[in-house]
Amino acid sequence: MADPLIQTKNLGRTYHLGDNVVPALRSVSMAIEPGEFVAVMGPSGSGKSTFMNLIGCLDRPTGGEYWLAGENVADLDIDALAGIRNRKIGFVFQTFNLLARTTALQNVEMPLLYSGIDSANRRERATARLTDVGLAERMDHTPSQLSGGQQQRVAIARALVNDPVLVLADEPTGALDSRTSIEIMSILQDLNTAGITIVIVTHEADIAQYAKRVVTFRDGVVLKDTPVTSRLFASDILKDWENPAEAMQ
Amino acid sequence: MNLLVTIAVALRALRVNALRSGLTMLGIIIGVAAVIAMVAVGAGAQERVNAQIESLGANLLIVFNASSRQGGAQGGSGTRPNLTLGDAVALQAEVDAVELAAPNVGGRAQVIFGNLNWSVTIQGTTPEYFPVREWEVVEGRAFGPEDVRGATKVAVLGQTVVENLFVDRNPIGETIRIKKVPFRVIGVLATKGQSSFGQDQDDVVLIPITTARKRVLGTNSKARPDSVNIIFLKAVNAERLKEAEEAVNDLLRQRHRIRPGEEDDFKVRNLEEITAARAASQKILTVLLSAVASIALLVGGIGIMNIMLVSVTERTREIGLRMALGARRKDIMVQFLVEAVTLSLIGGFIGIVAGLVGAAVIGSLADWPVKIQPTASLVAAVFSGAVGVFFGYYPARKAARLDPIDALRSE
Repeated sequence: MADPLIQTKNLGRTYHLGDNVVPALRSVSMAIEPGEFVAVMGPSGSGKSTFMNLIGCLDRPTGGEYWLAGENVADLDIDALAGIRNRKIGFVFQTFNLLARTTALQNVEMPLLYSGIDSANRRERATARLTDVGLAERMDHTPSQLSGGQQQRVAIARALVNDPVLVLADEPTGALDSRTSIEIMSILQDLNTAGITIVIVTHEADIAQYAKRVVTFRDGVVLKDTPVTSRLFASDILKDWENPAEAMQ
Repeated sequence: MNLLVTIAVALRALRVNALRSGLTMLGIIIGVAAVIAMVAVGAGAQERVNAQIESLGANLLIVFNASSRQGGAQGGSGTRPNLTLGDAVALQAEVDAVELAAPNVGGRAQVIFGNLNWSVTIQGTTPEYFPVREWEVVEGRAFGPEDVRGATKVAVLGQTVVENLFVDRNPIGETIRIKKVPFRVIGVLATKGQSSFGQDQDDVVLIPITTARKRVLGTNSKARPDSVNIIFLKAVNAERLKEAEEAVNDLLRQRHRIRPGEEDDFKVRNLEEITAARAASQKILTVLLSAVASIALLVGGIGIMNIMLVSVTERTREIGLRMALGARRKDIMVQFLVEAVTLSLIGGFIGIVAGLVGAAVIGSLADWPVKIQPTASLVAAVFSGAVGVFFGYYPARKAARLDPIDALRSE
């Protein structure tokens, strides 16, 4: 196997709140290989969000080392990190974070604005990604004209538009009903099958079952790191949902 | 991110809050419109003053009789009629720097033509008066030296008199009566307009000085028969005006036998002094108005800063998102700066148009001369852009320094 996509060594992050020193993440050493599908779990305050922010290059560690796709990113400055996020990482958020009164197409094009890609190319790539997530017909709709599931699909298209090596999804199903959640997990599983490494944060154990590996945080350290033994496949469940009779047999 | 895209993003953001953007621009619009209108009005006023100086004759010197003093009581100007026809002749003949001298006597009288009558200033003078005042006769002719010698009863009318006595008729050759004395109209003067003191200079009838004294104005028993009220002098050129003034002073003191140390019994006035004072006051007015306008622009700029700060706070999440998706601090900075500059520039351009329209309206309503200054529009445009950069910088920097994690978490 090639180098790990994500490799951390004693990764730590300490916050200074006034005189209090809060070690949000104490010392995490972990490797995530290309093509993995990792679910990060843990109660609030466990350090899982801090970990996600660090591997998403949104924050800089106060200790330890972090290599992303072979590049040591722990010491990069703020603007260099912005470039890494833009080119290598796709973000999916719990609340979608689409720009209001802005069409789906323009929302998906947004990361490309910061990669210096010309407008014809932007349009072409955004259109392709929206088609991939099944929204070819709704490219000119604004978020208020789309359902929650559709909005999250726009957000996924946006995360994919710059061909990232890693997709980070923070509670991607947190704001969705169970049926729509499974649809979104189905899309993520398809992406993973296509070779994209995915890390999601979730507090729902059944959502974690769609991943291949579950990492549980507690008190700023990794408590458990186990492969998923009885993995769920969203496409099968959706099929069953459509043909309840078949599922009963 | 390239600038065109940034501008497009900024315009979209401004359109989303169209009302707020419009109200924010209003401050700049008012400021710029005020600057443009005030500068145009000020320049127009300046121009009018300059034109007046021209029309008065830039090379003009006026000699008045000084006020008399009797037992400590100061009389008004001209209460001591010491200037004479002889002075006028001598000034023209003996002072090199003086080209022409036109003595003048005057008074008000009723002028009658047919069943119309008009109260008007009658001025008795010599043919030199026309070139000295740079006043053309547009119809008929001026009177000549022979008219002065013969004290003929001929008159040259100002435009206002023509309008009031000869509504639609050609006045040339007609006979008017001044104090019951019939005069033949031989010429009509060009329009001169108002003097710098607001007098209608066209409300005048010019007649030969000799006729005026004998037939119209009567004689002041105390005055000498050849006394005059005013002598208008034309210097050879503007450069020699000062020299002419000094020479006139010397010659008149000599002729009037005024000993050294004694007060002059005449006054020499250079019209430029009067008009310069007026021009200076208008300049002060322009400066004051511009200061007020600049304050308006400053207030407009503060309005932009205020709204941009609100916008940064409201859109914190959007900023966080853009950062997460790869926007560098510079990109965010430029985006908000461009928004601020777009606001102020659009405001500036609307302000320029509003200012030009406003200046035109002021011009027509107040009958005030207005002169559009293209440089003022250019300066206003540049200045409003600068206001945008200056007042947009702080909010933009604030936006660019946000932490993406905190920004994304904000509501």
